[in-house]
Amino acid sequence: MNDPTLFGLCGAALVGLGLYGLLCQPGALRKILAFNLIGSGVFLLFGVIALRGGGVLAAAGRGIDGDPVPQALIITGLVVAFAATSIAVALLLRLAETSGRTTLENEAPPAPSLPGERASRPDGES
Amino acid sequence: MDLAALLVTPFARLTELGGLLLVIPLMLPVVGLLLAPLLRGRWLGGGLLGRFTLLLLLLGLVAALAVATAVLTGDEALKYYLGGWLPPLGVALKADGLSAIMLLLSAVVILAVGVYAQREFQVPPDASETRASLVFWMLLMGVWAGLNAAFLGQDLFTLFVALELLTFSAVPLVALDGRAETLAAALRYLLFALLGSVLYLLGAVLFYGTYATLDITLLAERISGEPALPPAVIAAAALMTVGLLAKTALFPLHLWLPPAHAGAPPPASAILSALVVKASFFLILRLWFDVMPGALTPMTAQILGGLGAGAILFGNLVALRQARLKLLIAYSTVAQIGYLFLIFPLAARAESAALTGGMLQVVAHALAKAAMFMAAGLIAKALGHDRVRDLGGCVRVLPLTLLAFGLAGLSLIGLQPSGGYLTKTLLTAAADGTGQGWLGLVIQVGGLLTAAYLFWVFGHVLFGVPSTPAMPIKPPGRAQELVVLALALGALLLGLVPPALFDLVEVGRAGLEASAAVATAMAGAFGWSKLWGDVWPLLVVGLLVLGMLPWPDRPAGGSPRPATTSLSVTGHWAADLGTLLEPADRGLRQWPVAGLSLLILLLALAAAISTGA
Amino acid sequence: MTNALIVDAALALLVLGLALWVIATRAAYRAVVGFVAYGLLMAIIWVRLAAVDVAMTEAALGTGLTGLLLLGAAARLAPYETAEFDRRPGRGLRVLIGLLCAAVTLGLAAVVLLLPAPAPSLASLVADNLPPTGVGNPVTGVLLAHRAIDTLLESVVLLPALIGVWSVAANPAWGGRPGSLPRPPASSALTLLAQVLPPFGILVGIHLVWNGADDPGGKFQGATVLAAMWILVLIAGLREAPALRERRLRVLLVVGALVFIGIGASGIWLAGAFLAYPEGYAKPLILAIEAVLTLSIAATLGLLLAGPPAGDRPIGTTS
Repeated sequence: MNDPTLFGLCGAALVGLGLYGLLCQPGALRKILAFNLIGSGVFLLFGVIALRGGGVLAAAGRGIDGDPVPQALIITGLVVAFAATSIAVALLLRLAETSGRTTLENEAPPAPSLPGERASRPDGES
Repeated sequence: MDLAALLVTPFARLTELGGLLLVIPLMLPVVGLLLAPLLRGRWLGGGLLGRFTLLLLLLGLVAALAVATAVLTGDEALKYYLGGWLPPLGVALKADGLSAIMLLLSAVVILAVGVYAQREFQVPPDASETRASLVFWMLLMGVWAGLNAAFLGQDLFTLFVALELLTFSAVPLVALDGRAETLAAALRYLLFALLGSVLYLLGAVLFYGTYATLDITLLAERISGEPALPPAVIAAAALMTVGLLAKTALFPLHLWLPPAHAGAPPPASAILSALVVKASFFLILRLWFDVMPGALTPMTAQILGGLGAGAILFGNLVALRQARLKLLIAYSTVAQIGYLFLIFPLAARAESAALTGGMLQVVAHALAKAAMFMAAGLIAKALGHDRVRDLGGCVRVLPLTLLAFGLAGLSLIGLQPSGGYLTKTLLTAAADGTGQGWLGLVIQVGGLLTAAYLFWVFGHVLFGVPSTPAMPIKPPGRAQELVVLALALGALLLGLVPPALFDLVEVGRAGLEASAAVATAMAGAFGWSKLWGDVWPLLVVGLLVLGMLPWPDRPAGGSPRPATTSLSVTGHWAADLGTLLEPADRGLRQWPVAGLSLLILLLALAAAISTGA
Repeated sequence: MTNALIVDAALALLVLGLALWVIATRAAYRAVVGFVAYGLLMAIIWVRLAAVDVAMTEAALGTGLTGLLLLGAAARLAPYETAEFDRRPGRGLRVLIGLLCAAVTLGLAAVVLLLPAPAPSLASLVADNLPPTGVGNPVTGVLLAHRAIDTLLESVVLLPALIGVWSVAANPAWGGRPGSLPRPPASSALTLLAQVLPPFGILVGIHLVWNGADDPGGKFQGATVLAAMWILVLIAGLREAPALRERRLRVLLVVGALVFIGIGASGIWLAGAFLAYPEGYAKPLILAIEAVLTLSIAATLGLLLAGPPAGDRPIGTTS
């Protein structure tokens, strides 16, 4: 077993752990954390694939860096994951502020937005 | 100077651009999105941003028409290599017939929503910008950009970014009104969609690890050359399919859809139900018909078709139980998504009919559902509520809106000559032709259940007692009513489109005979026996439903309605069925239970794909 | 070699242990702290995987900014946390889900072990096609030339995300200053740090972008460092966050992607394709795009962290 494979297995375990946390942890913040764990497991797998792909370069005597394509895509993916996290956190903080809820169980289904109900919003929505 | 020539010549030039033409629908919404934060104040009697978006949407419609024309007349897919780099290094754009249809559909629906929303999201004269106006218009363009990128992208990672663009734009629209319920619905939607994205991405990673390319065409070549699917490809296909199913909200992964689609402002609901869920469905089609055609094992197809059938029955039955109009329409979306997945079990031996029927369902449902959500929005705005039981009397104030709602409903039920009729005829014929008659039965029952909840709504509208003596009526804008009506008519008259145009479906894929299938389905659609055969079950359902309405004693004068109402016999049956189904739906929509369904589905799909490998 | 293997195995085990901690620990704040430590170890793993560009991004963005965001959220959500634990799904359901997650992990592990060898790769194709781009860092070449569309769309994605964050504001606060950043009591240490660090940080950021053309580094890493410096200055209270209605700020947010699209569109006429660069001008154009994009991304990342507008009152006052 060579070392990138070891990290590949680590990535597989991270995906499983993250999935469990995302599904079983009731708190939305914990779910956001778990989502980040799954994401980083996926990126780690991709990084392992990148390093394995670097063998071509090593064989050609062009250095031992990995395949740059997955590396570039991981960087893009990290930025996207940060954006996702920031929206989720903003929604969650606002939800906690307005209702004291931080979990995602079924509640009474939301009534559609109605002009009459908007007037009752605490922050003065008109 | 001849006006026609003035318009036609530039359009013809546009269609001659070849692949470069695809850059326009890709970049137009992106540029709009980027300029939007700088556009404030008022213009042409409305908010500058709203008017600007409308202009952009008109240009987008022209571009989509140009793409469709070029694809149809050229009879081959348009392709473009961005930056001049060929795959696997570079990223390609491609518009085949399916992309062209989706581009055009999005342009039409978003334009209609853009017209409708001018009034809802305008800037008041004393402000230069409001929260709702900036957020709505920007995210509308974000959704549009994500959709077009998803329909044109040929690279699995570019498609991932497109999906994220779509999700990030769609989610905040759900919580636009800022109430706790909609915030919770948006967060739920976001987290489940993110789970879907990350599974999709994992699949893409495994494809890259096996073939070192993410380009759909190259992947298809390499996979078709394999004697047996490698394990990574099996896992990738299962992961991507399940991830996309979570974003499409196919039963039993529909936990996020009803509250999100019902809680969003009506024009946003229209976009979400009509288009956003279709983008991830479109990528499932890409995966199974373009990336790995031939790998769709009968088991896999049966699983997808079975879930589709489950969605049709379950979604429609739960829709019957909804007390609020927007939730009813949202559950109807859960059911209508089911029809899309009937394609898979039917495609093996009746690909033409299945794929044509499926695309027709995408189009017809998008037009009809956008019309219904916006009609419901007008109703809710006029009456101040959308409780089905209290809709009595609103036909007098909103005749045009209710007409549009009803016409759109006819397409959902599947009456001639609507797009829904064509869908159901094509899919039923394919089901009978491939010895899967039970799917045809599900389609028929689904149509009747749809009819039942529409009769339920219209029973209250026509015969219900006005809930308050003097309703606070705010008349809707004429443009709003007309645009809703136009969408509904579009869904209803889809079957009258010349069959030759349906050849668009088959451009870029071999061995399809879309127009012939449509022509066969439409032939005899208006014979008396056929019409009667389609209508009498509806009449029976109508009578049953009318028997189900809780008839209050008509109060004398303007006194408030009685608190208790007596149920008829059929009403009791329905209530009993509902007491069984509603807890089931609540249970399935529990987050951990939906997660369990997702995991089981993932493993089952992996097993099913490998049985044929 | 065996030493390296021991180090790698220890790293993998530590990372897994921390991940377990993040999932299992009771208090969210401690879970987030665990996540930050996890991210730092992850950055080391990226170095071990010969992906220095990724390591920098992971450390700066995946750990630094994400950690800051989540720590702030955990602190603010702590009062609601006690109710959460009781809402766990039942034991049976948890066991079932746990077993299925384990099955997923096992399946993935099998797939990893069965990946084709020798591994297919685009590395040599990228190396062959790097000269026309004029840059020496292949990752930068992929991001800004071969797959420029991904980078463009990805910088565009940040904008709806920011609008999504702003959208949760209360209506009267719209257009005001962002209000999510913590404002600790003025301490001379923090102020000193906020005065001393940013000049260096800005230099590091510029260095990362400039160097990223040929060596590891690039706009995302540079932008993250710039954003972090800005946030530090804001937290220390040396500057007020800008009001979000300010036109200059809005321009800053979108100028990067607009310049990117503009240069890409000029490629249609000058280089024969959208997002292509004319021969011989690729490197200066790429550097120009990176420079503007860095500013836009830094501003966007900083504002994503700073949260929705909270009216025009000074940040830090409790509502």
